[in-house]
Amino acid sequence: MIEFHNAGYGYGGRELLTEMTLSLAPGSFHFLTGPSGAGKTTFLKLCYRELQATAGRVSILGQDTREMGRDEVAQLRRKIGVVHQDCQFLDHLSLAENVALPLTVADRPRDDQDLVDLLAWVGLTEQIKAKPPELSGGERQRAALARAVIMSPDVILADEPTGNVDWEMSLRLLQLLVELNRMGKTVVIATHDMHLIRQAKSQVQARVLRISNRRIQQSGADL
Amino acid sequence: MRTILLPFLNFSESAQGRVVPPSGFTARLTVLTAAAMAFLAVFALALSLATGRLAERWGNELARASTVRISAPEDQVDAQIKATLDVLNTTPGVASARALSRDEEMALLEPWFGPSLPVDTLPLPALIEVIETAEGYDGEGLRLRLAGEAPGAVLDDHSRWRRPLIKAASRLRFLGYVSLILMAGVTAGMITLAANAALAANAQVIRTLRLVGATDSYIARAFERRFTVRGFTGAVIGAFFGTVAVALLPSAQQEGGFLTGLGFSGLQWFWPCVIPLLAAFVAFLATRFAALQTLRRLM
Repeated sequence: MIEFHNAGYGYGGRELLTEMTLSLAPGSFHFLTGPSGAGKTTFLKLCYRELQATAGRVSILGQDTREMGRDEVAQLRRKIGVVHQDCQFLDHLSLAENVALPLTVADRPRDDQDLVDLLAWVGLTEQIKAKPPELSGGERQRAALARAVIMSPDVILADEPTGNVDWEMSLRLLQLLVELNRMGKTVVIATHDMHLIRQAKSQVQARVLRISNRRIQQSGADL
Repeated sequence: MRTILLPFLNFSESAQGRVVPPSGFTARLTVLTAAAMAFLAVFALALSLATGRLAERWGNELARASTVRISAPEDQVDAQIKATLDVLNTTPGVASARALSRDEEMALLEPWFGPSLPVDTLPLPALIEVIETAEGYDGEGLRLRLAGEAPGAVLDDHSRWRRPLIKAASRLRFLGYVSLILMAGVTAGMITLAANAALAANAQVIRTLRLVGATDSYIARAFERRFTVRGFTGAVIGAFFGTVAVALLPSAQQEGGFLTGLGFSGLQWFWPCVIPLLAAFVAFLATRFAALQTLRRLM
């Protein structure tokens, strides 16, 4: 699904990540951990080609990212759902329009009932007409998750999805991501919240990827 | 306005158009500039077409007319007129020749000296109007013959003053067209700047759109639609008021000469309708160029 072959990324002469070799299998569930500034966000950006590896090779859904044109990158991102820590929305559009944005840019028809069902799944039915600035941190995270899955992507990447929400909302978001994994989606969650990782133990077979000293280490044991 | 269709764009405010947030001041400025440029473009167009008509008229009609001026003692004038007409009527290439009456001479002088000019008391030369055939006559040969038969007759084939006038009219027409091109260039430049400003102001929007899988073409089209509509709307307003202003100019009169003939004639009144379409096309191209250039700089 996503493969790193001795890949690395550097900027301004400084190596941020190096010698990464790993493969994320279809339907797997991964936590990406490491201290702040270790390169978790950079790793995720390499996974959806926001950044291009400066060493080695990264292959996403069978495509070598070095050989992809700009339109191919756009097409690739329709198959990968991304939940950002800062949840980027278009503030002049309603929540429903924001969630349906991937369908809009792909010129695909929008089924309003499916959209309502999706918003009900993340518990945002009441806020369907609200504008993003009117939403709370937890609501924004759930809206970002709904937007990330509306195209039924094969991979879900979440960058600190529980960073700005309380514990109860963290569990709710984790539950939603676990449900997606049970549907066969590959899920990668970047977090430094060890409580969340332990909480997932009872729900899903997850592996931990730890970034340390610019290298990625795979935990041998399932949680 | 927003539902008007052009062949190259659907102007309806679609979901694609709505992904870019509305902007107030820049939008009004773009419309205002497009309106001002279209207003000026109507005048440049009117100037070009009017000078074109003038050059054509001077070139076609006056090229076939010339004048013989007879300055002779009063008792010899009639004899010299007769001799001159005899020469002209037997000259190959002369279609007709006739002496102007005193009233006609007075009509020629009236714009300069007024209607109460005592023509009879002035030592004015007699004038003979000569109309050429399509083939024309041999000017040098005719001058030699006139010098022999009517020594007071001087042939003026108008080329001395007609040539610089036609040249000036042609230059004016050329300058009018150059002005139109410059206005299109200024409009394109202005819209490129406005589009760049809009792209910079919406960098976050663009990042979000790319994140969810929007292609460069999709994002560029969202901006193209907006600026094309603005350019078109402004140009419609400017072209309308420009056309009204041209229509309110005094109508063409013999006395007014060139200035009162500045405007459109017949089907030329439809030309201002082309200006908004050109403005929309220029806006479309300028925005596309600016958007694709900017988007390529982004990851």
